[in-house]
Amino acid sequence: MITINIKQEAGEFAENKDIARDFRINTILPTLNKGEEIIIDFTGVDGATQSFIHALISEPFRKHGDNVLDKVKFKNCNKTVQKVITIVTEYMQEAE
Amino acid sequence: MKIHLPNSAFLGNIDSFFRGFDPNDSTILHVTSNKKWISVHPLVLTMIAALGQSTHGHVGFEVLQAKSKHYFERMGLFKALGLRSGISITEHDPSGRFIPITQILNSSSLSEFITDMVPLLHLEPSNAEPIRYIVSELVRNVLEHSESPNGAFVAAQYYHKSNTIRIGICDSGVGITKTIRKSHKAIDDLQALRLALTPGITGTTPREGGTEQNAGAGLFFVKSIAAVNGDFFGIYSGKAFYKLLRQDRDKKELLNADPFSDRHSAENNYPYWQGVAIGIDMKLDEHEKFTSLLEHVRTVYTRAVRERKKGRYKKPIFI
Repeated sequence: MITINIKQEAGEFAENKDIARDFRINTILPTLNKGEEIIIDFTGVDGATQSFIHALISEPFRKHGDNVLDKVKFKNCNKTVQKVITIVTEYMQEAE
Repeated sequence: MKIHLPNSAFLGNIDSFFRGFDPNDSTILHVTSNKKWISVHPLVLTMIAALGQSTHGHVGFEVLQAKSKHYFERMGLFKALGLRSGISITEHDPSGRFIPITQILNSSSLSEFITDMVPLLHLEPSNAEPIRYIVSELVRNVLEHSESPNGAFVAAQYYHKSNTIRIGICDSGVGITKTIRKSHKAIDDLQALRLALTPGITGTTPREGGTEQNAGAGLFFVKSIAAVNGDFFGIYSGKAFYKLLRQDRDKKELLNADPFSDRHSAENNYPYWQGVAIGIDMKLDEHEKFTSLLEHVRTVYTRAVRERKKGRYKKPIFI
């Protein structure tokens, strides 16, 4: 089980897609490829854009389908961040 | 190119300012102005700054005579154009809630800009949430799609009387049509704008769900934030200008996947704008909670993707 801390790299407002891409390529995809679980920790993050969340999890969705949601857990998300994550996970499943 | 600073140009009446723009001879920019009083949306300033950069400083700026000329110095218009106005202003006006014209060239500069923006505009957390969201999504669009070496120009201003923040974001890049046509058919600039504002449509791929970096959702989110809050939103690219008019907030259905189903005006016969210019007004006292707004967006977005997917289903042949 691996934990990534969003605030540490992206700050309180998670909007920088370059940082999301780095998380995706360097940590999320390799962890999922090994069949391991991952916790994405949003502690201290008070907002996130759809673009950031998309850059973080859309490719894992494409590669692993909705099984991603069994392996990836989203920790300490406030209501705004939860809504944005829900939007992205829903449209990715619709697009499958 | 010629552009005229009129007496008044805000999103409600900005159409005539656009129509007065002369895009011929892109090697030089001539700026003229109303002699008495000029009051304009920050979008106007960012457009002039973007034009000035595209001419590499070949700018002829008629001496400003209007009483409101100090505003242009304070907003950094002359600095952005590499000109000296000779207008003196008092710096650090404590009552000022504005962001002068700022050029953003890369992703990390944008992150810094957003962090600084909230205290500059003296925003309460509830107001900061949608505004920083809008600026992030729109400027990232410029950095990713415009192919402009000059990046994005941003300016914002708080208007006390209407309790509104007005934001302008502009670039002199390839424009919406060229970007959208990489993956979709668009017969003209207005059709390209319509597609760009539709959830799930991106120029980076024809595939539903987008690419690993792009979903085709940014502009739809921004338009939705304006629609739900009953604010103006306008986007001008190529010969097309789409303006979201103030929506009837009592209407149950405030959001539509198709921007042409919203209360709007749109025409495809404006002087050619090389790049994209976007203006948005946000009333600070009428905000629906950001989380409720996102809930509206979620419903409309998912339905739009589902319906588009259904539209591609193979149909049975009955003989």
